[in-house]
Amino acid sequence: MSKKPTATAEKKAEAPTGGDFSKAPVNASLSREERIELYRKMVRIRRFEERSLRAYQSKKIGGFLHLYIGQEAVAVGACSLMGKDDHVITAYRDHGHAIAVGMDTKPLMSELYGKATGCSKGKGGSMHYFAPELNYWGGHGIVGGQIPLGVGLAYGLKYKGLKGAAMAFMGDGAVNQGAVHEAYNLAALWNLPVVFVIENNGYSMGTSQARSSAGELAKRAAGYDMDWGQCQGHDIYEVRATMDKFLRLAREKSRPATVEIDTYRYRGHSVADPDNTYRSKAEIEEYRRTKDPIQLFQNQLVSEGVLDEALIAKIDEEARSEAELAAEYAEASPFPTVDDIQKDVYWEADNPSQRASKGRLFFD
Amino acid sequence: MPVISYREAVRHALAEELERDPNVVVMGEEVAQFNGAYKVTEGLLAKFGPQRIVDTPISEAGFIGMGVGASMLGIRPVMELMFWSFYSVAFDQILNNAANVRYMSGGLINCPIVIRGPANGGTNVGATHSHTPENVLANHPGVKVVVPSTPYDAKGLLKSAIRDNDPVMFLENTILYGEKGEVPTEEYVIPLGVADVKREGTDLTIVTYGRSVLHSLKAAEILEKEHDVSVEVVDLRTIRPLDIDTVLASVCKTHRVLIVEEQKPFASVGSQLAFMIQKEAFDDLDAPINRLATVDAPAIYSPPVEVEQLPNPQRVLKAALATVA
Repeated sequence: MSKKPTATAEKKAEAPTGGDFSKAPVNASLSREERIELYRKMVRIRRFEERSLRAYQSKKIGGFLHLYIGQEAVAVGACSLMGKDDHVITAYRDHGHAIAVGMDTKPLMSELYGKATGCSKGKGGSMHYFAPELNYWGGHGIVGGQIPLGVGLAYGLKYKGLKGAAMAFMGDGAVNQGAVHEAYNLAALWNLPVVFVIENNGYSMGTSQARSSAGELAKRAAGYDMDWGQCQGHDIYEVRATMDKFLRLAREKSRPATVEIDTYRYRGHSVADPDNTYRSKAEIEEYRRTKDPIQLFQNQLVSEGVLDEALIAKIDEEARSEAELAAEYAEASPFPTVDDIQKDVYWEADNPSQRASKGRLFFD
Repeated sequence: MPVISYREAVRHALAEELERDPNVVVMGEEVAQFNGAYKVTEGLLAKFGPQRIVDTPISEAGFIGMGVGASMLGIRPVMELMFWSFYSVAFDQILNNAANVRYMSGGLINCPIVIRGPANGGTNVGATHSHTPENVLANHPGVKVVVPSTPYDAKGLLKSAIRDNDPVMFLENTILYGEKGEVPTEEYVIPLGVADVKREGTDLTIVTYGRSVLHSLKAAEILEKEHDVSVEVVDLRTIRPLDIDTVLASVCKTHRVLIVEEQKPFASVGSQLAFMIQKEAFDDLDAPINRLATVDAPAIYSPPVEVEQLPNPQRVLKAALATVA
């Protein structure tokens, strides 16, 4: 990968028990079922993404499609730590987080198909998934634009006196956006309970980290006197152990932090990216062969005696079937109508009996 | 009825809503310890404390975005922009995030935020500080836009804006802050989207809003006394939602229209009004719709010349006479 060679090798998060993150308390305390569920979610994300890619290739899906394949351990690991007052916001590569927080894949696929049964009624698309009832606040299209909103979630938690934390995810490209730095400053200045998570997949679209970002990404937080850390994103136990540490500080001491998680995407920036101008096939194959987060966790759980071949096959079959059913559901669902275009714009327009204003809200 | 300034009217609206709803917070640059760059928030910190009245760094994208995020969780932030001109550095937060989040979530998320501050020229601060973005804001479905001209309207409309579940852009005016008017002590609200006929007349309708209402009223007096022209002045008060019915009713009465706006002419609020009036009241018009706008250039600094770049009573008078000729 064309990252700065020094970044994560030297600053790797310290393993609490000599490199084996399975012994970290947050992981050691997991039940067998909870471990299986972590594995199952990663597999479900991958099968969902593969199925959505097929749908895109057969022109069922329009616009952009930013796949999460390769990064599954990051969203699943981090979101598995959420309590009832913890919140999540992310950018446009948002399918993994949506499944990780518990969204049903049928409305997710339906949204990609632009159908009325989609999670945003076909109005948001791939980049704009939301589930406020699951504390999931999107799904945002502009690089870095969601990060101030994440600080706002943390502000809201603190204002209401709730012991929760907000996780604000971004890609490695987002760290060069001004809004991110303004958000860092506010979070650190006011001690807001937010953990900024940089999912560093090495490329901001087709530009490698070495060609786009000066210095170490997470270390920029130090300029704001903020705690920061780095970890490997192919090991879900490491992700959980690292995130747990910073989430606790946020919840209990209202201390913000930035965590850079090294990860990798197997597909292009979006599926419209031919992916042949800025990295080699060999680089992708190397990562897949040595660091695939699902394969590694599968190996781990087999060695723990949690998974066996039969269960692995069953989980995979169920995930494929779920993705297929989601596609069938999406296919069978109706599109929104032209009359739906002007719904969900204003709260007042959608709640006419409670409308206080007068006058025209829409224009021809 | 007590006579208070526009500035005090805005302050009273803030104080009453802070009192009424613990989820209301006031944030912005210099709003707390400094007592407000234009003293609008004077005394609020002492009364409501630093949890409710919050000084922010000079960081509009950051703190407006933070307000948008907090509003999704049910906080009702009232964010002060020291000048609305600074909205450009928070454009993405206001017009991508606040304006679109309800839509893109299929109606699952509301954003009950108010962004307020002055938006006007006429203070010799040059082009960067003299923007009047009501047309730009109103071009974005999902937001509401309010531009009050009097203390009474400012108070009643701001209270409605704070209670509104949609994002409301509230555009005040530094020159109007010192203008005084009658404001009752008992509570009242003015619904958004209701225009106000500030002066009745029969020969010409002037459709206007904000400070241009005052210029238009002055011109109307001269027109009445010196030219025997009876002018009706319709103050829109809210740009979106738009009370076009009150405008059309006036047009049907006078049959002639002059739009007066402190806006650059291209794709302005007046452009939209002219389109709607000709579409919906074509047969009632006895003359082409006329418009007086800001002279089309960046805001000039030179103090005496800036007066001539903006609408003023003499320019309104001249345009009105041309419209009834």
